[in-house]
Amino acid sequence: MSWKLFEVLVQAAGTTAVISLVSISIGLLIGVGVCAAMMHHHPAVGRLGRVYVSFFRGAPLLVQLLLLYNLLPVIGVNLPSVVTAVIGLSLCTGAYQAENLRGGFASIPVGLVEAAEMVGFSPWQTFIRIKAPIAISLTLPAVVNEAIMILKASSLASVVGMVELTETAKNIAASTFRPLESYAAAGLLYLVLNWIVASGGRLGERLLRAGRT
Amino acid sequence: MTFDLSLILSYGPELLLAAAATFGIWAAGSLAAVALGFAIALARRYGGFLVDGPLRLLVEIVRGTPFLVQLFLLYFGGPFIGLSLEPTEAGLLGLSIYGAAYFAEIFRAGLEAVPRSHVESAECLGFTRWQIVRRILVPEMTVLVLPPCVNMFIVLIKETAILSIITVPELTLVITGIGSKYYAFVEALFLLALFYWGLVELASRLGRLLEARLAKLSFAA
Repeated sequence: MSWKLFEVLVQAAGTTAVISLVSISIGLLIGVGVCAAMMHHHPAVGRLGRVYVSFFRGAPLLVQLLLLYNLLPVIGVNLPSVVTAVIGLSLCTGAYQAENLRGGFASIPVGLVEAAEMVGFSPWQTFIRIKAPIAISLTLPAVVNEAIMILKASSLASVVGMVELTETAKNIAASTFRPLESYAAAGLLYLVLNWIVASGGRLGERLLRAGRT
Repeated sequence: MTFDLSLILSYGPELLLAAAATFGIWAAGSLAAVALGFAIALARRYGGFLVDGPLRLLVEIVRGTPFLVQLFLLYFGGPFIGLSLEPTEAGLLGLSIYGAAYFAEIFRAGLEAVPRSHVESAECLGFTRWQIVRRILVPEMTVLVLPPCVNMFIVLIKETAILSIITVPELTLVITGIGSKYYAFVEALFLLALFYWGLVELASRLGRLLEARLAKLSFAA
């Protein structure tokens, strides 16, 4: 593979990185909302949150993306494929992040919350000063993990017309008739992206741990 | 828009056949992945660093790249190194290798979690290495690795949908094929999502049941 084609692939890796980052961020917001719904005291709201999580974790992402891609035009919403792909990835990762956050909140030691109540913290203060910081630091590794999952899963966006790393590799493979080099190079770039995310995650965890003491 | 499921459902026999194909590929791929994953974990534990290093790299590469790219590499790149496979063969092989990398990590952690003293006791009693694996390591780690294994089986159910992209005739390919013939994509994909959702829910319930059963046998004190 020529250097010029590799540069094209590196640019496509940039696209993959951007759509993954945007999806993971929107997904985090969705996750916070769905997690709040799951922990809501009203049973119907809680059930709605759980059904959301169950569906988006239960159906394959490919099927979700295809459904969204075909459903939106039928109901009169015409969006560029980038937007459709980002919406699909965000909806899916939102379910996983909601579940991770719920796990984080569930593993907060009861003693800490009781102690906060004892010294007269209001429920809001307890949430902001005790529950949220602990839940966030407990969930961070899972968020990093999820970011890596989404980076890899974003390859499926190629199926709904998005030109990202995998689609670009496919195009190069088709035009140069060298699928081995092309897909191997794409795989290498995915590895590099994942390595960057994992290193960033480790740095973040270290910073969080340093901030706590 | 019209939403009419009867058209798709009139293809009952074809759909059942395709669902059976999905199930078969999943079952065969999972079994092969578990076997290969366990072999990798054992080789890494007992093979010395010359075996451990390359296997570790392989596992990291498979776990760090998208399944779709691996499938493309295998199916489209394979013929260039003399590996011409039918879609189903490539899909099955791809699924097995992909799953094996994850199972290898699960089993590695499981083997490491077995207390050293148990292994050393067995050595003192004159157990051979194979007896230690069969009588000590496997029974003790089974309880520990069951939850992540169930999780991985569920991941693999969902990954079988990706095989449709390299034209493996499983449920996703067949149902989207029917959908495109009659321009009924939404109905087709809706049914498909429901099918996988149901299958995944079923699998995770069975998994929980199995975990509850095995937890009673737990050796961990």
